[in-house]
Amino acid sequence: MGDIAIRAENLSKAYRITATHYRHDTLRGHLAEGLKSMLQVLSRSHSQKETFWPLRDVSFEVKRGDTVGIVGRNGAGKSTLLKILSRITDPTSGRAEIYGRIGSLLEVGTGFDHDLTGLENIYLSGAILGMRKTEIDRKLDEIVAFSEVGKFIDTPVKRYSSGMYVRLAFAVAAHLEPEILIVDEVLAVGDAAFQRKCLGKMGDVAQEGRTVLFVSHNMPAIARLCRWAIWLDGGRLKDTGTPDEVVAQYFASGREPEGEVNYRAHGQRAPGSEAVRLVAARVRAANGAVTTSIDARNPFTVEIEYEVLRSDVGLRVGFSLVTPDGIVVFSTNDADGTRDADHGEARRAPGLYISTCTIPGHFLNYGQYFVTIGADTPLIQSHFLVDRVLAFVVEQTGGVGGHISDGRQGLLRPELPWIIDRAE
Amino acid sequence: MRELVEESRFRVSETERSQMDDQTPRWFEPPTLVIEPRRSLFDLDLGSIWRRRELLYFLVWRDVKVRYKQTAIGAAWAILNPLLTALIFAVVFGKLARIPSGALPYIVFAFAGFLPWTYFSQALTRCSASLVGNAHLITKVYFPRLMILVAGVTTPAVDFALSLLGLLGLMVWYGVSPTWNLLALPAFLLLAALIALAVGLWLAPLNVRYRDVGHAIPFLVQAWMYCSPILYPVALVPERWRLLYSLNPMVGVIEGTRWCLVGGERPDLPTLLITILVTLPILLGGLVFFRRMESAFADVI
Repeated sequence: MGDIAIRAENLSKAYRITATHYRHDTLRGHLAEGLKSMLQVLSRSHSQKETFWPLRDVSFEVKRGDTVGIVGRNGAGKSTLLKILSRITDPTSGRAEIYGRIGSLLEVGTGFDHDLTGLENIYLSGAILGMRKTEIDRKLDEIVAFSEVGKFIDTPVKRYSSGMYVRLAFAVAAHLEPEILIVDEVLAVGDAAFQRKCLGKMGDVAQEGRTVLFVSHNMPAIARLCRWAIWLDGGRLKDTGTPDEVVAQYFASGREPEGEVNYRAHGQRAPGSEAVRLVAARVRAANGAVTTSIDARNPFTVEIEYEVLRSDVGLRVGFSLVTPDGIVVFSTNDADGTRDADHGEARRAPGLYISTCTIPGHFLNYGQYFVTIGADTPLIQSHFLVDRVLAFVVEQTGGVGGHISDGRQGLLRPELPWIIDRAE
Repeated sequence: MRELVEESRFRVSETERSQMDDQTPRWFEPPTLVIEPRRSLFDLDLGSIWRRRELLYFLVWRDVKVRYKQTAIGAAWAILNPLLTALIFAVVFGKLARIPSGALPYIVFAFAGFLPWTYFSQALTRCSASLVGNAHLITKVYFPRLMILVAGVTTPAVDFALSLLGLLGLMVWYGVSPTWNLLALPAFLLLAALIALAVGLWLAPLNVRYRDVGHAIPFLVQAWMYCSPILYPVALVPERWRLLYSLNPMVGVIEGTRWCLVGGERPDLPTLLITILVTLPILLGGLVFFRRMESAFADVI
C-alpha cells in the first residue's frame, strides 16, 4: 500500500428530494412535512420522497505521484466525488482512504474578501486553504510575482480588474504544497494566456512527484497532463484507463441526437449559479420547428433560454459546436456583437431571457454536431457549462456539390465566390 | 524526471517510516485520513481546532479588519456604541424611572453591565449567523467547521477590550477606582464566551436549515437582555423568584463582570455554580448536536 495515494471503495452519495423541499425550507414547513410523513408511515402509504444518487458505488485507486483526470458530462458526479474527497460533504456509504496531506482547489479565490487588500487576501486565503503563516511569509514574494499585480498589492481587491483578481487568487492556490492536490474545473475562468499559465503550473506540480486529481472539460489538457483517466457517467464509474483510451471512448459515446433540453422541472438543480440559471436550449430549423436534422443549405438557430436572478453581474451566454471527435468547430457568445471595452459583458435585469444565434446555410459540412452551452461573467465566474447537451445532424440535401455526393473533407462546407477568368 | 519522481517517493516513504513502529510491516501503513459516512457522535475532534489555530487567528483578524474598513472613526465605534446606549438608558432608567444602582453612579453601573452584555449579544449573534455567513467557504473548502463558530465568539472580544477604555474614562470622570477584582475579569469573559458558544452551537446549525432562526435571534437577544441584571441590580428581583432568575447563566456573568470592573456586590457562590451547571449541558449537548449536523452543512446551506 505504500504506493497508493487515494483508495475509494464503493463511494456513494444520495440526496432525498421532495417536491416541497427546496421552496418551503422553513421550520413550519418542515414540521408540517414531518407530520405528514408520520401520518404516511402510520397509514403505510408510500412516501413521496425520491432518492437521487449523484454518485454510486465508485471504486478506484490512485497511485502516489500520478496525475489523474476525471472526465464526464455535467451531472456525472465529478464535482460530488471531488467534494467527498475534499471532506466538504460526507459520503452516504462507502469509504475512501487518503494517504498523505490533501489540499483541494474547487474554485479560484476561495476565502477572498473584497474589502481586504491583495496582500491581506494572500494571508487569509492561504490560511483557509491550509497554509501555515510561516509558509506564506516564505512564499510571499513568489506569490506576488506570480500574480503580476505589482504595486496594487495594497489596494482592496474590490478595485481590481477581473483579470487581476483571478491572477492573484490563482497565485495563492498555486503555491499550496499538499502531497495530494484536488482541482476542479478552475481553468474555466480567465483568458487563454492565464489558462496556459495554470496548466503549466499544474504540469510542474505533477512533475514534482505529487499526486494530482483533476476535473476538466479540456480534453487535450487531460491527454497531455494525465497518466490515468477516470470516466464517470450518471454517477457511476464507466471506465478507467490511459487518457487516450478513455477520452476516445468518452467522445465515441455520443448519445442520440437531441434537439431540445428543458430544465424547467429541475428547479434549483438546473445548471446555473446564484446569478443565472439555465432554463432550456434548442435547435430550430429555418421554418422555426425544433429539430435534430438540419438542411445543409438553410440557416438554423441555436436558442438558449435562461433566467437572470441577479442584475449585478456582467453576463455572456454562448455555445461551442463540437464534432463527435471532440474537435471544437467554433465558439460564439452573445457579447460578440457588442464592442464594450469590458469584453462586452452586459448587465441584465432579473428575468427570463432567450439568446438566439443564427448559423448560416452553406456553412457546416455534413455530419453530426454537438452543442456545448455555457454562460459566464468573463474572467470571474462560470455560471453554467453544459457539455454537449444538444445534438443535430447536418443532412446532405444539396448545396455545394449539387446533387453529386462528393465526400468533401473539412468541417466546413462553405459556398464561396469563385470567378473563372480566361487568362488569355 | 523519472529520477525526480522516484526520489520524492522515497522521501515521502522515509518520513512515514519514521512515524511507524519498526516492527510494523509496510503494508500495515495506516491511511492519513479515512472518509466515511458517519463519525461517532462523541468524536468531537477538538484536536483539529488546535492544529488549525492559525486559521482561527486569520478568521478573527478578517472580521475585525472588515468591520471597520471605510469608517471615518474606525474602532472608536466600539467605545461609542455601548457608551451612547448606556447614556440613553441612564436617562430613561436612572433619571426618569429612578432605578437604584447602589453606591455607584447609575451610568457607571449601567455601562459596566453593558460591556459584558454587548460582548455576549454580539458573540451570540455572530456565532449563530456564522455558518450561513460563511456559506461560500463551507461549500468550497474543508476546515473544522467549529472554527467558524469559535471565531464568531472571539471577534467581539476585540471590541470588548476597546470599550474597556470607555469605561476607564467614565470611572476617572466619576472618581470610581478600580480594584484587584479586575484579575478575575478573564474568567468571566471566558464564561460569557462559553455561554454564547453553547447556545450558538444549537442555533447556527438550525440557522443553516431554517433561516427563521436568523429572524428570531434579535428578539431572543432583546428578551434575554431584560432578563439580565444590566439596567437594574439583582436586588430588585423579588426574593422568591431569585432562584429561577439565576437559571439565566448571564446573571452570574454580568454581576461578576461588574464586580470585577467597578466593585459593588460580589455574585454569591451558588449563583456562579448554577451558571456553570446550566451552561455545561448546553455546551456539551451543543457539541454533539453540531457534530451530528456538520456533515450536511455543505448540502443544505
